[in-house]
Amino acid sequence: MRILNKKTVLPGYGLSLGITWLYLSLIVLLPLSTLYIKVFSGSLNDFISAVFSLRAIKAYQVTFGLSFVSACINSFFGFLVAWVIVRYKIPFKGFWDALIDLPFALPTAVAGISLTWLYGPRGWIGSFLEANGYKVVFTPIGITIAMIFVSFPFAVRTIEPVLRDLDPEVEESARCLGASRMKIFLKIIFPTIFPSILTGFTLSFARAMGEYGSVIFIAGNQPLKTEIAPLLIVMRLEEYDYHGSASIAVFLLTVSFLLLLCLNFIQFWNKRYSGIT
Amino acid sequence: MRLKRFLVLCFHLLLIIVAMCFLLLFLVIPLFVVFFNAFSQGISIYAGNITRKETIESILLTLKILLIVLPLNTVFGIACAWYITRYTFRGKKLLLTFLDLPFTVSPVVAGTIFVLLFSVNGLLGEIVEKWNFQIIFAFPGMVLATLFVTFPFVARELIPIMEEQGQEMEEAGRMLGASTWQILLKITLPNIRWALFYGMVLCSARCVGEFGAVSVVSGHIRGKTITVPLEVEILYNEYNLIGAFCVASLLCIIGIISLIFRKWIEKRDPLHLYMKTYKYGD
Repeated sequence: MRILNKKTVLPGYGLSLGITWLYLSLIVLLPLSTLYIKVFSGSLNDFISAVFSLRAIKAYQVTFGLSFVSACINSFFGFLVAWVIVRYKIPFKGFWDALIDLPFALPTAVAGISLTWLYGPRGWIGSFLEANGYKVVFTPIGITIAMIFVSFPFAVRTIEPVLRDLDPEVEESARCLGASRMKIFLKIIFPTIFPSILTGFTLSFARAMGEYGSVIFIAGNQPLKTEIAPLLIVMRLEEYDYHGSASIAVFLLTVSFLLLLCLNFIQFWNKRYSGIT
Repeated sequence: MRLKRFLVLCFHLLLIIVAMCFLLLFLVIPLFVVFFNAFSQGISIYAGNITRKETIESILLTLKILLIVLPLNTVFGIACAWYITRYTFRGKKLLLTFLDLPFTVSPVVAGTIFVLLFSVNGLLGEIVEKWNFQIIFAFPGMVLATLFVTFPFVARELIPIMEEQGQEMEEAGRMLGASTWQILLKITLPNIRWALFYGMVLCSARCVGEFGAVSVVSGHIRGKTITVPLEVEILYNEYNLIGAFCVASLLCIIGIISLIFRKWIEKRDPLHLYMKTYKYGD
């Protein structure tokens, strides 16, 4: 196919090329590059002091640490939910399946106020927890819950198709050869879906790391304690500290790029590992 | 043997119950909370809240942004998918990586970029000031920020479908003398119509619900730069909890409609369900 494509008869090469790159440059590449220009036109010292100030470092700890926790929880439950959806006959399967995509469809601000009320002192879960001495809203636990909510679909939707494509014959023959259920799971199913669990983990992590809308409502936004890195960018902007905000944005952006790189690497590794080219 | 079978059954049931409890606790209840609070003071208060002047203004502004963003992204989506699936060229991988950007870049960073670019001491700030054309904290800036976070939605839906369908039909059309527009309108678009529709639904849902990026560039000027999600935030910060949930319920309804649309399209188009491997589900 690829070789044939080189001498294509199809028209519109120039037009589609033009539209694609023009649009991409105007909307994405040009604005993105200005961010880097803005940062590197300032002095290196300013950059370092902005990116590694105490407040910023605490914000990264909160953001990355809690994103990691929520990505772990999502990977576990994402796998469980994908397993249940694919393997069992459950009532209202269409409903549950559609429900998984809900965090994609629900605006983050709505999720934020809803979760804050629910886990707050007047909410159904929050009032119960608070009676038992647990506080969720305005603590790191609350931030984690919001992050779990917004990034959950990534974990399920990366594992689900792989689980669905798993050949039942492999499991059947293992069963016939006398393998126990545990052994089948550990030696056949888990190794096959492990790369997709990793992919789902990385995607959830990236999504949770960048999340703003839902987290700011539930976080309480105390500097050094429950302030997330995206919020710090906004704070710096509002203080007209454009260089500081650009520096932190560059730092976050670089982490995002590294995660993208990780994803590509996982895919490459997965292809080599599973022998699919 | 019988006991063992019973235990295995119990284990399976336990898995199902745990999964469903998780979904109920984390997804169903938060959705229910919105409608519960919105209607907690009765229908008349609800109707009063969603027909307030500010709410109507925010709905109109959101629609205006959608009307600009959706056609632009659709045209880009078709052109980009055509370019990627029909030709071989250097840098295709790079282009595909760019299409993933909005999924990994924080929306706040997206908004910040435009503030830095167009603010008074930004890189293009001088030009903007000379022409006396307000971009940041105004309508154009909000459109730009929304474009940044939604641009690949249509393209990403079209690429796998067009890759899968191949290009024999278009080539045959070309051989028989069809013009560029004939090929596009009579062959390609009918073939990809469901995927296109699907992408447009995703794009609209994200466009309407976008908060982070728009919030940074909007400047929160009442009656001018407040979209529906920002209106929710403002009402919430004014301690008008019921009002916030009333407006939020509108967004929920749009979200649910988009979900139903998506499931409906997936039923109509089995190929699409098959291709639904999600962003990275390889």
